[in-house]
Amino acid sequence: MTELVHRSLGLTDEELAKIIEILGREPNHLELAMYSVMWSEHCSYKSSRIHLKRFPTEADHVLVGPGENAGVIDVGDGIAIALRIESHNHPSYIEPYQGAATGVGGIIRDIFTMGARPIAIMDPLRFGPLDDARSRWIAEGVVSGISGYGNSVGVPNVGGEIVFDQTYIGNPLVNVLCVGIMPKERLVLGQASGVGNLAVLLGSTTGRDGIGGVSVLASAGFGDEEEDAEKRPSVQVGDPFEEKRLIEGCLELLDEGLVIGIQDLGGAGLACAASETASRGGVGMDFNISAVPQRESGMQPFEIMTSESQERMLAIVTPENLEQVFSICRKWEIKSSVVGKVTSSGALRIIEDFGGEVLGEVPASSLHEDAPLYQRPISKPDDMDEATADQATKLPKPEKIEDDLFDLLISPSWVTSQYDSQLFLNTVIGPGGDAAVLRLKHPTTGIDTGRGLALTTDGNHRWCAVNPRVGAAMTVAESVLNLACVGATPQALVNCLNFGNPENPVVMWQLSEAVDGMAEACHAFQLPVIGGNVSLYNESQGTNIDPTPVVGVIGLIDELTAVPPGLSWNEGDRIILLGPEANGLCGSAWAFQKGHRRGSLEMMDFDLHQRVCELTRDLVAKSLVTGLHDVSSGGLGVCAAEMAIHSGIGCTLARIPDHISFFSESPSRVLVAVNSEVIPEVEELVTQYDVPHARIGLAHGDTFTVKNLLSVSVPDLQKKWNSRLVDALDGGTAQG
Amino acid sequence: MSPNIGVIVFPGSNCEKDTIEALTDLGASPRLLWHADRDMGNVDAVIIPGGFAHGDYLRPGAIARFSPAMEAITNFAENGGPVLGICNGFQVLTEAGLLPGALQKNAGLKFLCQEVELRVENTNSVLTSQALEGQTLRIPINHFEGNYTCSDETLHELQIGHRIILKYSENPNGSVADIAGICNDNRNVVGLMPHPERACHTLLGSTDGRVLLKSFMEGAHAKV
Repeated sequence: MTELVHRSLGLTDEELAKIIEILGREPNHLELAMYSVMWSEHCSYKSSRIHLKRFPTEADHVLVGPGENAGVIDVGDGIAIALRIESHNHPSYIEPYQGAATGVGGIIRDIFTMGARPIAIMDPLRFGPLDDARSRWIAEGVVSGISGYGNSVGVPNVGGEIVFDQTYIGNPLVNVLCVGIMPKERLVLGQASGVGNLAVLLGSTTGRDGIGGVSVLASAGFGDEEEDAEKRPSVQVGDPFEEKRLIEGCLELLDEGLVIGIQDLGGAGLACAASETASRGGVGMDFNISAVPQRESGMQPFEIMTSESQERMLAIVTPENLEQVFSICRKWEIKSSVVGKVTSSGALRIIEDFGGEVLGEVPASSLHEDAPLYQRPISKPDDMDEATADQATKLPKPEKIEDDLFDLLISPSWVTSQYDSQLFLNTVIGPGGDAAVLRLKHPTTGIDTGRGLALTTDGNHRWCAVNPRVGAAMTVAESVLNLACVGATPQALVNCLNFGNPENPVVMWQLSEAVDGMAEACHAFQLPVIGGNVSLYNESQGTNIDPTPVVGVIGLIDELTAVPPGLSWNEGDRIILLGPEANGLCGSAWAFQKGHRRGSLEMMDFDLHQRVCELTRDLVAKSLVTGLHDVSSGGLGVCAAEMAIHSGIGCTLARIPDHISFFSESPSRVLVAVNSEVIPEVEELVTQYDVPHARIGLAHGDTFTVKNLLSVSVPDLQKKWNSRLVDALDGGTAQG
Repeated sequence: MSPNIGVIVFPGSNCEKDTIEALTDLGASPRLLWHADRDMGNVDAVIIPGGFAHGDYLRPGAIARFSPAMEAITNFAENGGPVLGICNGFQVLTEAGLLPGALQKNAGLKFLCQEVELRVENTNSVLTSQALEGQTLRIPINHFEGNYTCSDETLHELQIGHRIILKYSENPNGSVADIAGICNDNRNVVGLMPHPERACHTLLGSTDGRVLLKSFMEGAHAKV
């Protein structure tokens, strides 16, 4: 019997054999269900874990590295910052609003689980093309879900990305990053200890929603539309008001010192929370299934243990503190029930009433730590040589380069204006800048430290499709440069590795290469990786998405006394391009626009990049630039056009001879606008940092002119920029 | 002396600490009050802050109006005490009947977080006493249900009573007569959708909210 059951739960025959070996007997249905969720790809990282070991994870300021609910760094002044990124890709394809909403809810719990108050969210989003009706429906639903949940739960959304491309037509990417702040001494870990202590379940009731979310949904690709629709019950439903009360209640419990450990319930539900807290604490737990408040009657034990009902936490408390815990929960109208007792046995025993029948018994650590690790086969794509030889510079020159430019302009404000980006009075630069900038205030006293936090998320599937190793390195480099543009020094990185089906050796090659590229860049920039998430099986009807590693990087600004310069320039400013000469078009947004999705990318010069970043930070700190913007997606053309759009002032640019130098996305380049009076000072610094540079133009008037290439009015640019998403998404998004 | 201003917290409120921070920076002595307490203690003025009181379930403000603190606020207001509702607080005040009309979903049926320009229409209110008539202010809005509506009769009363104190220069949400903020007959109870507390610091892009909060502090002081 079990043979059929284990396969339908997503376990392989070999995995079943391993379970039998651990238990010394056949598992029953409840036990099998718990192994199936805990050993799922989503929870156990069984295909990726051996690769993730190559990331640098240590530095003096790292308090908590990968493996916990969130990474934590020390930022001085007695303040610690928690950071995490997650994906909610699969649920968002099936049910966009709830999929995205519960993604926000889940990551927020990961942050306050550590003892930190969540203070900012960012959402890197990727959808199919705007001319596809279903992709529009998904995009609209996802944005509403993030807005509906995030605004109500009260955590500002300060940035992210929005990308539309054919590669995501059957599998959108909905990633979410959250940052939290805490007094350093409040840091708590999700572990149980002290035999006789109690596990208290806080928050929502447990229902049948989200059963098998991690195994059925997140660890398999998409195919048949009808089958996909049947997966809808595996998507959870969120309640931001419940979560808001949980945040306040849990932070009050932590402030009062009433909990020993606390763990959120996310993927794999109670099975995960109970086994992980026990396993981390080196103890066991008796778990009373009858004490779990249930949303509906007749729930089976395996449903209760694996349900992914949202807005629940498991706190470990001493019996003496229980009454006080209940009292705080009553104040915040949070349900609370004792569901478990810490034991010395090391076993997770699922029982019916304390002292009642034992329904299942497994070593707690075997669920958490003994999942198989797979060294999956890896192979380069067969057509690699041919693909590498196919250079985008051989594409025909555009007939009307301005039309190509227009097609690359897209304002995110249709999305970002739906998010509260200002709550907590920290947001100095919100969505739309190179990086978000927040005031750093002490979480307890509220005293402004005079310093700032900077945040960015970056990903580029085009670069990674052409060369996953170089592309991943360039992604990290772009993040670091984005932070430099607001004057910040990078402190730590989290990543969300979105890839296709790991059973495909080419996908595993992409993953392995991307990990190497990212690790090389992190080493070069001395940037510790403090956490991450791997999302595999991003495929639809047998087609894998382009490899899309996304990074979130946090930085610090030493003195935040004025708003850092943004993307605008002033009339009369000189425009200077910092960094090396443009090189090639492969992997550029322009090439992809022409349907050219391959070629080659050269590994970047990390030393030069580091110098460009240091120079940029120095220019910002010394207030020597009016405005600046890094050259990335869309190349110098889009970079300069965006500056013209933001300032409403045109420019005349020279020394951009052709479409290659206009659209090339080669790294380590920043466009800066400088008042002519300070040019000598700027050039002295540029020389000091040994960075190549070129004066390429002047900001003036209301026309965007590139000599011998194009001339368009700034209002036209602004119109194209502003109307793209409004035109596509405001006209109703009936599902196609 | 600095006025004691109580800021009410409902489960689901989220701008209470921001409001406290802005008031403290301006020299007030604000403190948090819990929605379930009937006794507000010795306060000179009360603010109902932004957020999603009781999750905005049913309708924004529909459940919050039944909180014990609302009874105390109603008495306080009837005795001339200054009461300010910001965003969700404005919604609560209309549900509680302390201000007329209602806030319905934005005309575009989307949440809107953006800076808007407001025009001060009348300076005879506890929120606008220090501002100049016709003065324009740049202050953010942050709401889904900010589309002010009322009967023709009520609108007429608001107009002849000069109780429309703030209007949008460019209407972002469909509000009738571009209304951003109104006051009651006695001019001691005010509600507005924009968030003045978000526009009190140079690093946040605007300090135009200060004149409104300062006016309110002055009103609280007068009460003392």
